[in-house]
Amino acid sequence: MPTTGNVLTEILESQESSLLTDWLRDQHAGTARRGLISDRELEGQSREFLGLLRTAMMRGNNSMEVHQAAEWAPVRELLGAISRSRGQQGFSPSETATFVFSLKPSLFARIRERLGADPDRLFVTLRDTSELLDRLGLYTTEVYQQGREDVIMRQQQDMLELSTPVVKLWDGVLALPLIGTLDSARTQTVMESLLERIVETGAEVAIVDITGVPTVDTLVAQHLMKTVTAARLMGADCIISGIRPQIAQTIVHLGVALGDVTTKASLADAFALALQRRGLRVAPAAAARA
Amino acid sequence: MDRIPILKMGEFLLVTIQVDMHDRLALALQDDLTDRISRTGSRAVLIDISSLEIVDSFIGRMLSNIASMARVLDAETVVVGMRPAVAITLVELGLSLPGVRTALDVEKGMAQLRHALHGSTGAGAGGDADAGPAG
Repeated sequence: MPTTGNVLTEILESQESSLLTDWLRDQHAGTARRGLISDRELEGQSREFLGLLRTAMMRGNNSMEVHQAAEWAPVRELLGAISRSRGQQGFSPSETATFVFSLKPSLFARIRERLGADPDRLFVTLRDTSELLDRLGLYTTEVYQQGREDVIMRQQQDMLELSTPVVKLWDGVLALPLIGTLDSARTQTVMESLLERIVETGAEVAIVDITGVPTVDTLVAQHLMKTVTAARLMGADCIISGIRPQIAQTIVHLGVALGDVTTKASLADAFALALQRRGLRVAPAAAARA
Repeated sequence: MDRIPILKMGEFLLVTIQVDMHDRLALALQDDLTDRISRTGSRAVLIDISSLEIVDSFIGRMLSNIASMARVLDAETVVVGMRPAVAITLVELGLSLPGVRTALDVEKGMAQLRHALHGSTGAGAGGDADAGPAG
């Protein structure tokens, strides 16, 4: 009595070319975005998939462990490559999964031809085949998601490095324009780079500008305070600037304690104060000449 | 057991911590410094910790205590030259040395102390301490 694997292998062997034709027709009918991929590429991918599927079925002893079993590794590899390339071509993950799912109608029709006389066997075979294709389809989605997560991770890393510049505004005056949300890891980086620069430049005033910080909650405020306190311990004064009206409201509503830190509405105000503390002032050129 | 030397320079007391502090050294310094302040009647103390690379919770607390004790004895206290790593550690430990002046190096610390002692409105970094009436 032939198993599901045997039936599928037989179909894949004897009717490969007609199956491929039917499948390609279904794929063309199913997707509205034919412009994204060439017919030849699609046919190549489909043919390769059928070939690998057959090999896996023959070697796999009906194993349905698509995600782990070694026999399925070539199929997984191909699906991974397809998923990645389609992700770049602009397909959505469900469209990529449909590539596998669209094999069902033509394959089911052939199984029925073969086992039409035996309803029980037909049912079992269809159930197993459906499950197999579902797993393969879901695998493409998984790869897609994994790819996205890698991209996000990399971008986070990049942002962390990009977003903590400490700039020197004047002799003894540093500015730290913060952009993006402050979390613990970032606070650590920010704090370290600010303190390092304070040592390097011997700056006495540091302006922490939070114009680019979208929200200030108690946690962010706590992180800010840590930075300010650490700078103070080293002997540099901190001014927090760039507090937008909504943020001022939030800070008061949340009862966030900013302690006795000097705060200013804009970076310009903070800079003026910093110059004043250093005993400097900005005067119009004409007045200075007169 | 060695001790950390306390130098008297005019009206200043100068404490430079050149070695890594261990617990007994810190306790000895606490005794010595309070003793010297009350004996000499110094009004200003400068503690240089620029060579201090490692602090644990105990040393952190001792630093904070020593500085506060000097303040209580009515001596303006300035802690100078704290390293970034030490500053971060102290903040994480919740020791922010309230009421203690800080400066980047000895020179700036001296300037601050002079300001604080001799009238002119103290433009000190973070210091909230005005020189009180002599005690």
